[in-house]
Amino acid sequence: MRYLEFEKPLREIESKIEQLEVYASSRDIDLSSEIKPLKDKLNNLLEEIYSHLTPWQQVQLARHPDRPYCLDYIRMIADDFMELHGDRAYRDDEAIVAGFCSIGGRSVAIVGHQKGRDTEENIRRNFGMPNPEGFRKARRIMETAARMRMPIVTLIDSPGAFPGIGAEERGQHLVIAENLEIMSQLNVPIICVVIGEGGSGGALAIGVGNRVLMLENGYYAVCTPEACAAIILRDRTMASSVAGTMRIVAQDLKNLDLVDEIISEPLGGAHRNPEATAVKVKEAILRHLSELEALDGQAIVEDRYNRFRRMGVLYEAQMPGLSPVN
Amino acid sequence: MAWFRKKKKFTNLNTKEKKIDIPKGIWRKCDACEQYITTEEIKRNLFICPRCNYYYVLPVEDRIASILDEGSFEEFDAALASKNPLDFEGYQQKLQNAQKKTGRYEAAVNGIGAVGGLPVIVCVLDFSFMGGSMGSVVGEKITRAAERALNDEIPLVIISTGGGGARMHEGMLSLMQMAKTSASIGRLKKHGIPYISIIANPTMGGVAASFAALGDVIIAEPNALIGFAGPRVIEQTIGQRLPDGFQRAEFLLQHGMIDRIVDRKEIVNELKPLLRHMFYNQSAMRNQESNSSPKLYAVRKT
Repeated sequence: MRYLEFEKPLREIESKIEQLEVYASSRDIDLSSEIKPLKDKLNNLLEEIYSHLTPWQQVQLARHPDRPYCLDYIRMIADDFMELHGDRAYRDDEAIVAGFCSIGGRSVAIVGHQKGRDTEENIRRNFGMPNPEGFRKARRIMETAARMRMPIVTLIDSPGAFPGIGAEERGQHLVIAENLEIMSQLNVPIICVVIGEGGSGGALAIGVGNRVLMLENGYYAVCTPEACAAIILRDRTMASSVAGTMRIVAQDLKNLDLVDEIISEPLGGAHRNPEATAVKVKEAILRHLSELEALDGQAIVEDRYNRFRRMGVLYEAQMPGLSPVN
Repeated sequence: MAWFRKKKKFTNLNTKEKKIDIPKGIWRKCDACEQYITTEEIKRNLFICPRCNYYYVLPVEDRIASILDEGSFEEFDAALASKNPLDFEGYQQKLQNAQKKTGRYEAAVNGIGAVGGLPVIVCVLDFSFMGGSMGSVVGEKITRAAERALNDEIPLVIISTGGGGARMHEGMLSLMQMAKTSASIGRLKKHGIPYISIIANPTMGGVAASFAALGDVIIAEPNALIGFAGPRVIEQTIGQRLPDGFQRAEFLLQHGMIDRIVDRKEIVNELKPLLRHMFYNQSAMRNQESNSSPKLYAVRKT
């Protein structure tokens, strides 16, 4: 297991427990009286560290290298996953995974961003940053699903759409816009779950759902805190302080009414107990799906339209117009 | 090091401002060709340098006058104004400054008017108001323009100069406007009301990646910068200089992302036939269809 800076205090105790357990089993002796106080101490420490996370620490957790990724969740919550490849125009973008599967006995289309576990896989998957062909693949599968009357589940976990020359040449802005438009029109239920990073337009491009759920330690932002700090404060290193201002963690977004439900994570984050996290994700997906299945196609489109239609904070000014000063 | 950085920042800022703003004096030097021109001359020429053909940002009033029949424009939703929902430091002040500077509450102007006698709903983004960036109000105005176009069955024309993209000061509320506006355009298109998107320099990020890219027809002004990621971000990511003309309108046309590049003065002349082809010449057919077989053309009014 890899440790983030603020998780470092845990490492010492965890390695000690591990050593004792290995020793105990190899010598076949009972050291549980030694291990138990250490475990209590570990739990207290976990409680202490994780109950007061700063927004910046939560962003780091969302990017934790051991955090379960899209395919991990698919493996844990879905059966008979049939991955489908390619945008039928240019190439297969491995930063996006798409296909059909069944969740709780119900066939759904599943689409998600996929990061890599190691350098080799990360290069192949472009660190979970899709190019236009990835978004086109997502769109193709979602449109097929809608024709088959199959609900859609998307798992969001991307630092953002890839900013590269080829991406711009192939119309990154265009495919994102098209996905937003097309997703808003699909007549089947769409459930989106932010499982890690919700990076800007690249996340939203598979994020126009009837329900948008979010894991406790995910974040979802208009741009990464680093980019915001660089653009507004002209200092990239201010990312940690701007992360709070941006209101990008689950609780903030729930308060702003942009996220429908927070899925809680086990103490210490999803990577400390992926199975327990997956159980909750599955439960939430199925619950929202069964709620939406009561609606017909047109009502589902309306429901999604209205969900986004009400978003925005504004007021009607008293004065009908201003006059320019200069 | 700190001194060095500070100095660089200052010079950058200065050149940027010089590029966009037309000074108030009678004479000015063109930023591109450095020849002297009168401000009157440049205004008459729709903010294009008469010497070198450089395109300055066209102020909203001049844009409207350049496209719509004289006296036909009637503004709506003018009093929608932003709050500071995230309590983002300095945002309130920025809004007030922009309001003072432009005499507008926000960076979009909605209205109804006519092009050569053909009614249109128009929405114009104001680049001088925080870079034409999209927060809650701009998103709401675009959506209302699209909804009005659907309700009144009138074609929609949006003129985007949205270099600021999604407005960072409103965080995720801004990002969600991308989905909201795109959904409203989707609904409009589904019901067969045309949407013509006109893109001027510069239009990036969340504006480019939502309604501006969704026109049935997309027209760009010459040399307009249009794209998702800013050139600096891309250079930093790939660690090399970008080719000349990257993300310019000509580049987008070549790569199949826009329909036409049209000179500023010609836009009005192109709009008329487009509106006729796509909508006004078809109205007899449409009425017939909606009478005889409502399933083919069933407009749901909300």
